[in-house]
Amino acid sequence: MDQALQHLVNGTVLGGTYALLGIGLTLVFGVMRVVNFTHGELYAFGAYMTYAGVSLLGLNFYLSLALATLLGMALGASIEWLLLRPMRKADIDSVMLVMIGAALVLQNGEMWAWGGVAKLIPNPFPGTPLVVGPVSVMPLRLFVLVVSAALLLGFWLLLDRTRIGMAMRATFQDPETAALMGVRIGWVNTATFAIGSGLAAAAGALLGPVFMVSPTMGDLVGLKAFAIVILGGLGSLPGATIGGFALGFVEEFAGGFVSTEYRDAFGFLLIILILAVRPQGLVPAKERIG
Amino acid sequence: MMNRRTLLLAGLAMPALSRHGFAADPIRIGMTQPLTGAVAASGNYVANGAKIAVEVLNAAGGVLGRPIELVLEDNKSNPREAVAAAEKLVLRDKVPVLIGAWSSTFTLAIMPKLIEYKVPMIVETSSAARITTSGNPWVFRIAPTSEMEAVAFAELLGKFDPPIRKIDFLSVNNDFGRGAAEKFSAALGAKGIRIGRTETMTPEATDLAAQITALRQSDGDTVFLTTGVEQQTLALRQAVEQRLGKRIVTTGGSFPDQLLANPLPPGNTSYHILFYAPWFPERAPHPQIAERYTAEWNKKGWEFAGLTEGFRGYDAVLTVAVAIKLAGKPEAEAIRAALWKVKLAGVNGDISFAKEGPAGQESGQNKPNVSVVTLSEGKTGLL
Repeated sequence: MDQALQHLVNGTVLGGTYALLGIGLTLVFGVMRVVNFTHGELYAFGAYMTYAGVSLLGLNFYLSLALATLLGMALGASIEWLLLRPMRKADIDSVMLVMIGAALVLQNGEMWAWGGVAKLIPNPFPGTPLVVGPVSVMPLRLFVLVVSAALLLGFWLLLDRTRIGMAMRATFQDPETAALMGVRIGWVNTATFAIGSGLAAAAGALLGPVFMVSPTMGDLVGLKAFAIVILGGLGSLPGATIGGFALGFVEEFAGGFVSTEYRDAFGFLLIILILAVRPQGLVPAKERIG
Repeated sequence: MMNRRTLLLAGLAMPALSRHGFAADPIRIGMTQPLTGAVAASGNYVANGAKIAVEVLNAAGGVLGRPIELVLEDNKSNPREAVAAAEKLVLRDKVPVLIGAWSSTFTLAIMPKLIEYKVPMIVETSSAARITTSGNPWVFRIAPTSEMEAVAFAELLGKFDPPIRKIDFLSVNNDFGRGAAEKFSAALGAKGIRIGRTETMTPEATDLAAQITALRQSDGDTVFLTTGVEQQTLALRQAVEQRLGKRIVTTGGSFPDQLLANPLPPGNTSYHILFYAPWFPERAPHPQIAERYTAEWNKKGWEFAGLTEGFRGYDAVLTVAVAIKLAGKPEAEAIRAALWKVKLAGVNGDISFAKEGPAGQESGQNKPNVSVVTLSEGKTGLL
């Protein structure tokens, strides 16, 4: 029972970070129909910017997190402006190839700039865990969970309560009609890609201090983010959140109680099972057809 | 048995015995290491050690009157890339000898290519037994096997207080990790120590909470952790988070150097099986050689703890240089034959090769030294 409670806490912490990873990716796909292969690299970028802020520039930890997120948004906006905007009329395969290329450039840029050796980001939280009964959790992990929840909530409010959010939702449902209604699609796309990139960078900035920072840290994360988005339903924001938590819990419980050897495999087995029953994912996105 | 003094003199004097003046082309030595990816820290340290050795050799006149050139290829912590790197080194760069490839998985992937291209390789780190027992006559390993490491560790059991009674394993899920769990189980099991759970992780895994929570359920008192530097660091930190409450011993010779500057909270002591403890060069089998290597490394301003793995590259290059000198020419078959005659003093100790594997197809295996270093609150000690 104690073990199950600890796995429950671990799964919640892991699921929260997975949800944050998935939501940025699904947003970009939902609004722009772009499969963003740079998502994992933007995650790594956020982590490196936090490292640069804290360890190299000596900035405050929280300020570094905020700066890393903003820089991630700026990088995302640049990618949209320079690479995606000229390809708006191109087919999805060509866009995918360009995004794969951009991901390779970003990853190699990180290797060139920072070297291959992983780095630790110092953080202001105590190194001893908080202990409640049989379970324990690091204060830093709790901070990450709370900030992830705040970001998810803030993002939901942005989509639901603001003009840009309405414009994004309109573009998501029917880009041509949205354009006819006066929505500036180009601007919506830039904002969407910047926000999606900012969420990836924020995830990297938050998780960099929990784990370690290396140029290839985005590889596994990118793969997981795609899995979460497909599990939840492509383009579905609630789906990405639920998918993130589902994957976190399955990995944690199956790893803990069945076999850690196949921990990742259990996650992907879940995806296969769900897609076999619900090919549209757990919570498919609503979109106007025809 | 070779005289200890002769060995020492050979190791120290070998570079000086070479002729000066670099009129001829350089002799190329190929090396593949994981310079990026999951185990990049270790790969970079080994590569740095090799670079220092090349500088030391060239400053002393090179080998056979020719400078040594190290051609370094990144295997990206990936066995497929390791094979591609080895092929590039042999086919394009025409190197007559290789050094590599850190992980047992990468080394095992390369090994069929050594037979195909007839090029010898010095294995500087990989510990899986199969590397020298599978019948590949082009393999010469200076690193200890997991079995050697386990047997040497078993001799130190009396130094642990409270004593080790039951052990568990947290291993990276590849030849290195599984091999270490198997050999430590056998060696310590033979000493009457009980064997508990084995949990594994993929080389890229960063969240090890499920594994550590599972290990917490065991009544073992000691966990053997086998993986690269990055995962060692993560596992030690997450063990505190999950209140594992057991002694952790890392195997394989890697050291989580980032925990020197960012130590674990007080009361957490970890144990590390190393093949060179740079904090105590005077305790090395050949202190002068260890101190020279350490001084050259420090001159570069590289991370001090990287010395724990960098010596592998240093010793590997020295071994190759002696073999080329004995061969009299930088040709693959001649170097392979000469490697059997190599005897030198390295940072880890005396280096020479004994035959292992099926008759007629033997690989070379050196018998290295082992020490256990403790890490507590960012400070190291020798067990």
